[in-house]
Amino acid sequence: MSDVSDLVLDARGLVKHFPITQGIVFRSKIGAVRAVDGVDLQLRRGETLGIVGESGCGKSTLAKLLVGLEKPTAGEIMVRGDDMTRLSGHALRRARRNIQMVMQDPYTSLNPRMTVGDIIGEPFEIHRDAVPRAGRERAVQELLDLVGLNPDHINRYPHQFSGGQRQRIGIARALALRPEILVCDEPVSALDVSIQAQVINLLERLQRELGLSYIFIAHDLSVVRHISDRVSVMYLGKIVETGYHMAIYEQPTHPYTQALLSAVPVPDPRLRGHRDHIVLEGDVPSPANPPSGCRFRTRCWKAQPYCADHEPLLQIRQRAPHPSACHYAEIRDVLHRY
Amino acid sequence: MTGVTDINVGLDPRAPLLHVDDLRVEFRTRDGVARAVNGASFYLNPGETLAILGESGCGKSVTAQAVMGILDTPPAHVTGGRVLFRGVDLLKLSENERRGFRANRIAMIFQDALSALNPVYTVGFQLAEMFRKHRGMSRKDAKQRSIELLDQVRIPAAKERINDYPHQFSGGMRQRVMIAMALALDPEVLIADEPTTALDVTVQAQIMGLLAELQHQRNMGLILITHDMGVVADVADRISVMYAGRIVEEAPVYDIYARPAHPYTKALLESIPRLDHKGRQLNVIRGLPPSLTDIPAGCSFHPRCGYARDICRSDQSPPVYQIAPHRFARCHFIREVLGV
Repeated sequence: MSDVSDLVLDARGLVKHFPITQGIVFRSKIGAVRAVDGVDLQLRRGETLGIVGESGCGKSTLAKLLVGLEKPTAGEIMVRGDDMTRLSGHALRRARRNIQMVMQDPYTSLNPRMTVGDIIGEPFEIHRDAVPRAGRERAVQELLDLVGLNPDHINRYPHQFSGGQRQRIGIARALALRPEILVCDEPVSALDVSIQAQVINLLERLQRELGLSYIFIAHDLSVVRHISDRVSVMYLGKIVETGYHMAIYEQPTHPYTQALLSAVPVPDPRLRGHRDHIVLEGDVPSPANPPSGCRFRTRCWKAQPYCADHEPLLQIRQRAPHPSACHYAEIRDVLHRY
Repeated sequence: MTGVTDINVGLDPRAPLLHVDDLRVEFRTRDGVARAVNGASFYLNPGETLAILGESGCGKSVTAQAVMGILDTPPAHVTGGRVLFRGVDLLKLSENERRGFRANRIAMIFQDALSALNPVYTVGFQLAEMFRKHRGMSRKDAKQRSIELLDQVRIPAAKERINDYPHQFSGGMRQRVMIAMALALDPEVLIADEPTTALDVTVQAQIMGLLAELQHQRNMGLILITHDMGVVADVADRISVMYAGRIVEEAPVYDIYARPAHPYTKALLESIPRLDHKGRQLNVIRGLPPSLTDIPAGCSFHPRCGYARDICRSDQSPPVYQIAPHRFARCHFIREVLGV
């Protein structure tokens, strides 16, 4: 579809381990939570990459790594030819302009003591050369207008806005420095159904108008399908399957993707009893002590002794036309009537 | 022996299992009176699943709490209506009599199991407490029954886990404990208030499957309170859609998804992204749900409704129109919404 020059973000081998320590005076490391454990991802101009997974799979840690809020244990994040993980000080600050984040909770991610104008204009205080001081108020008003809020409300406080409007404020703040990439971490999961659609439509319009690239992280697979061009499925810190949305949703090959999709209720009662239902047993294992070999094998109905010793690579396989990290990957339709 | 009044008095086995009629609840606060429930009516039969569907603030949880009799008064006041359980109006009973109904006849599970369970007692103690207080069982018998219950909700190694505290369980396991507790005394009605909203989809599937199975075994009536139209399509028999404290549409599940009769239901269905195909732009319901202290006159949905005309803005809220047996909607323009 597009060549390499269109790449706006190229992350390779990203790893983030959080140490588990023991003792107070003589603190020693006794292990590590492997939140993100070897993730590659590429993002092209104007594209949306959806990342799905259940709680604890490391998707939020991945988001923080990408915007530079956490330092990775290993790996590189190439943005415009610079490795973000090696930059520091002035150069890092400059690089961060290009990749901004929209947070999940619009109630806690906006400072209640700041006006909307101060919140959206704060990036200009940090990046003083972005917009000259005299033009800042105007820039903030333009941003408010861009996200569909009344520019006259610049002096209001967050509590005077509804949840959906607050999420718009969060989006305006993320857009202030004209980034190419937005990392959206569960941007609509705190919102009501009727408000969700407004914010999703806004994100789509902004993408068209500004040519933005999105990394869209969510646990709601329906929302991710709606907005994404490509989708990666995460389990215990690793990507287990990746491909275009059609490939992931219509022809899933990894057992975890299949189980995940089959568990999502579809708002159509006629499908009741006419869909594959894969019910997984048990809970996700602890990322501090993941299973050997394939991490999904403890809950997988296809698991063989081979899976315990050999970690499956994320690659195209004989029966998997897109990259899948399962030795026994095979297409199975779980969404439609059978 | 148990201190709970006899609960069989006056029950009429031929009367509907649960019939809520014109229920009204308001919250009296310093900022004014918030009318959370404005005449909600619905019924429930044994073995049936009724979903009450609505967005946050529509009054669905308050309705459930009023039926259970666990509203905080003040600020909440039930100002009208009846809650009939087999013909007995629960709202007219004394607090002691209502205690006899709770858990024995009507039980409830909550969204957030961690805050609904007591953190300083073991799960076993909290389960056994039900049997000791309500049934007057000995400690030993109560413990034995608790283990059986945990087995029934498929908690592995129930014998050992009974001595664990709530925080030692995962989210899904905690919700299983909640279900065990609710079902301990064999209630005829179970109210589940967003039981899986806090859980991951694979765990949600486990819990909904378990609930359906237990409901089937016991022929229990289930009221599922939720905002998730996917879950509703999977499990409900009938749906009541709630908006600004009123039930605006009631219908069997197949009808409502195929042909919604109220503009709000229709708009909701069009505003959700679908898993099974990548749709076009989502339909948006403009504006916001109304503040409960200032509900619009006439039809409370009119400021956001594409069908609204002058009659919708008048003082009278639209009456309940019957469309078919078991199908009702509160809208002047049902025919246009249905497209007939």
